[in-house]
Amino acid sequence: MKMQYFIQGGDFSAGGRASTEVKSTIKQFNIPPDKVRRIAVALYEAEMNVVAHAYRGTMNVDLRPDFIRVVFEDEGPGIEDIEKAMEEGFSTASDKVRQMGFGAGMGLPNIKKNCDEMILSSIPGKGTRLEIKVVF
Amino acid sequence: MKLQKICDIVEGTFINEFQYSPEYSKADYTKAFASDLMSDVLRFSMENTVLITGLSTIQTVRTAVISNLTCLIIARDKRVTDDMINLATESRISIISTKASVYEISGLLYKNGLKPVY
Repeated sequence: MKMQYFIQGGDFSAGGRASTEVKSTIKQFNIPPDKVRRIAVALYEAEMNVVAHAYRGTMNVDLRPDFIRVVFEDEGPGIEDIEKAMEEGFSTASDKVRQMGFGAGMGLPNIKKNCDEMILSSIPGKGTRLEIKVVF
Repeated sequence: MKLQKICDIVEGTFINEFQYSPEYSKADYTKAFASDLMSDVLRFSMENTVLITGLSTIQTVRTAVISNLTCLIIARDKRVTDDMINLATESRISIISTKASVYEISGLLYKNGLKPVY
């Protein structure tokens, strides 16, 4: 099963809508509740990253019987130093992002913690690609 | 601990109609977590947990949906918007509003037996 969502950068009121939709869809399948929660957390953090940092992006979900793979691709400033971005507490988020309860440098570490595979690549000035996989 | 008891302890009011649903009387909370940082909330498993927060935005409710939280206590009478109420009600999440601060709410619920989340 494949699903595609568009994510608008800067739209904080819509941020998280796609992840909550995916969560309610995957809940209907025979996936352990803890895995559903982990997937939902990883997707939500990743979606909020696109909202917070990029101009626009897409989320492509590929749901298979034994795993889920989700690819986020955005157009935006990209990440200068991926190693640094992965450090807990490192953040370049704006005040607006912080006012929404995010931007404390925990998003990427949270994503990593909740998925089985995470591939992050970026071209500064162009955009970022994040691929995550959770095995059931 | 039942929702009505939690609401009484913090001298709060329910601001959505969810307390009339069958889930309301069944829910039994054993833990509480206080944070304004949603990424911190997302780090933990939140089953049977009440979230105490001073952050009243649509993302507070979305975080609850993602984390399986079913009760939010909004501190210091912060304004709860209609889109928050709609999403909470649709997602079977109760919102309690109180004039007490995060510190007071945490103290009251801790004293009455709700455990912390680690």
